[in-house]
Amino acid sequence: MVTAENALPRAGAIVFEQVRKIFVDPEGREVEALSSVNLAIRPGEFVSLVGPSGCGKSTLLRLVAGLETATEGAIRLDNEVIAGPHYLRGLVFQDPTLFPWLTVRKNIAAGLAARGAAKQQWDKVDEYIELVGLAGFGDSFPHQLSGGMAQRAALARALVNHPKVLLLDEPLGALDAFTRMQLQDEILRVWQDRGTTEIFVTHDIDEAIYLSDRIIVMTPRPGKIQEIIEVPIGRPRSRNHPDFFRLRSRILEVLHFAKELSLSYYL
Amino acid sequence: MSASELTSRKKAELQIELGELKSEEHGVKKDFTLMLIFKLLLPVLLWGLFGAVHLFIADRQILTGGKYFNWLLITLLGLYLIFLVISYFISNIRSGLVHKVPLISAGLIILLIWELSTLKSNLLPLPYFPPPAKVFAALATDWQTLWISVLYSLRLLGIGYLIGLLVGLPCGTLMGWYAGFNYWLNPVLRFIGPIPATAWIPVAMAVFPTSFAASIFLIALASWFPITVMTWSGIANVNKAFYEVARTLGGGEYYLITRVAVPAALPSIFVGLFMGMGTAFVTLVVGELLGVKAGLGWYIQWAQGWAEYAKVYAALFVMAVIFSGLITLLFSIRDKVLVWQRGLIKW
Repeated sequence: MVTAENALPRAGAIVFEQVRKIFVDPEGREVEALSSVNLAIRPGEFVSLVGPSGCGKSTLLRLVAGLETATEGAIRLDNEVIAGPHYLRGLVFQDPTLFPWLTVRKNIAAGLAARGAAKQQWDKVDEYIELVGLAGFGDSFPHQLSGGMAQRAALARALVNHPKVLLLDEPLGALDAFTRMQLQDEILRVWQDRGTTEIFVTHDIDEAIYLSDRIIVMTPRPGKIQEIIEVPIGRPRSRNHPDFFRLRSRILEVLHFAKELSLSYYL
Repeated sequence: MSASELTSRKKAELQIELGELKSEEHGVKKDFTLMLIFKLLLPVLLWGLFGAVHLFIADRQILTGGKYFNWLLITLLGLYLIFLVISYFISNIRSGLVHKVPLISAGLIILLIWELSTLKSNLLPLPYFPPPAKVFAALATDWQTLWISVLYSLRLLGIGYLIGLLVGLPCGTLMGWYAGFNYWLNPVLRFIGPIPATAWIPVAMAVFPTSFAASIFLIALASWFPITVMTWSGIANVNKAFYEVARTLGGGEYYLITRVAVPAALPSIFVGLFMGMGTAFVTLVVGELLGVKAGLGWYIQWAQGWAEYAKVYAALFVMAVIFSGLITLLFSIRDKVLVWQRGLIKW
């Protein structure tokens, strides 16, 4: 719909090989955020990461974004080791972090300007404004937008470079339930439209089931993958499907188990 | 309750509300017109009072060149009356005028007190406290010298401030961005910055060939310090998430500095620009009072030497106009550049 590019088969396979991440806190103590993560994400797959806070979900995402480097192991995107940020791996935070000094249009264009794209490509910006449903708000400043609209703009800014991988770090966490469900559908629509590989961090199990092909349940301290759960429900999904409920109780069970594990870790 | 019932009830309620609103509006308007006439005529009354005092109470001081002030009073009154007539037809101008009436009245009352305590009673003695008519006469007769002084002052201020800005902005930016620059520049800034630039006058006079060059150096130094500090703190306090977003969008270091750090720091940078302008004014005037042979500061010094205090006040008045004009200019630049902050800032 947006460009001819997305008709092409796009790769976007991500492989984690024995990934370990250790942070050193200000007092010099080592904290293991991730321990030996092995995971393969297929091109165009929609994967959710769920788990209690402190389980390393965001760290995993930041490693793929290139904002952090793994202490051990490697992460590959289409067989190339990730080293540093790249515009083909887009990131959306929980906070929209739009540049407050730019209008919505210029914020989205910043995605192109940052990597030094040719000015001719800037015509695309208006298409992206429409894609995320912000037509008519191109000249608004971020502080004039609602939370949902700001997050739409942030999504457009990440998408404008047509990334292979879209990383979403609790992007809907700060929104009200109604806006949230609306944006879930938008995210799905854009994903189906463009075949981007998406990794979605969330606290909301229903959200994970509604959106993902696979759900990765993680446990904290040290963060590791507890279980990978396929979502065998056809799309478009109904939130009232019996399988939906079955899956939810299954994940809750796993998470509960995860909790006990972390408890025993403390004891 | 059916839908039609509901709507008819709502309509009735609305009509009652509307009626109340209308009667209120009517009442307000009635009071408003009486108040309005009084308000708008108050300055005219004060003008008349001042004129009566000026003409009919005997002078206790000798006044020369009083005609200039008479003309000023008549011109200002005429202007006010013209606005009054226009405001009868245009409501925008009327509300603007009503808003300004207290200020205009207060100004006239202060003028009246000034007139009474000097010219009409000699409570405040000459030569230190000349009457308003004398100050205006100085302004009217010596305007050419004053104008040249203004140009000299503006040249000195402009060059000095510009140098302070051109050095301060990169200094602050580099300090905020590179830890290495901060390591070396921070002690310099902390040690040298707090010294008032005017304290360097003896050194500057010795080092620089002319008092003009020395003053430029001092003004640049005076504005450099606050501009550097506020730029540095602005850049150092930018939300780190902005950099992460820019990096994931493919932005390099140059993009991060020029398109993220500096724009994000601009509100703070503008605080530095205002502070720098303030210190530049101080340094300019002190420099002109002490060494430079031109400019408003020099004019004040010179007029004081001849005990012509009317000229001192005239120069102070011109200085107030120029400096507040420059601050206003900076404000309007700020409002243009920081248009994205509209509704967020309150100063």
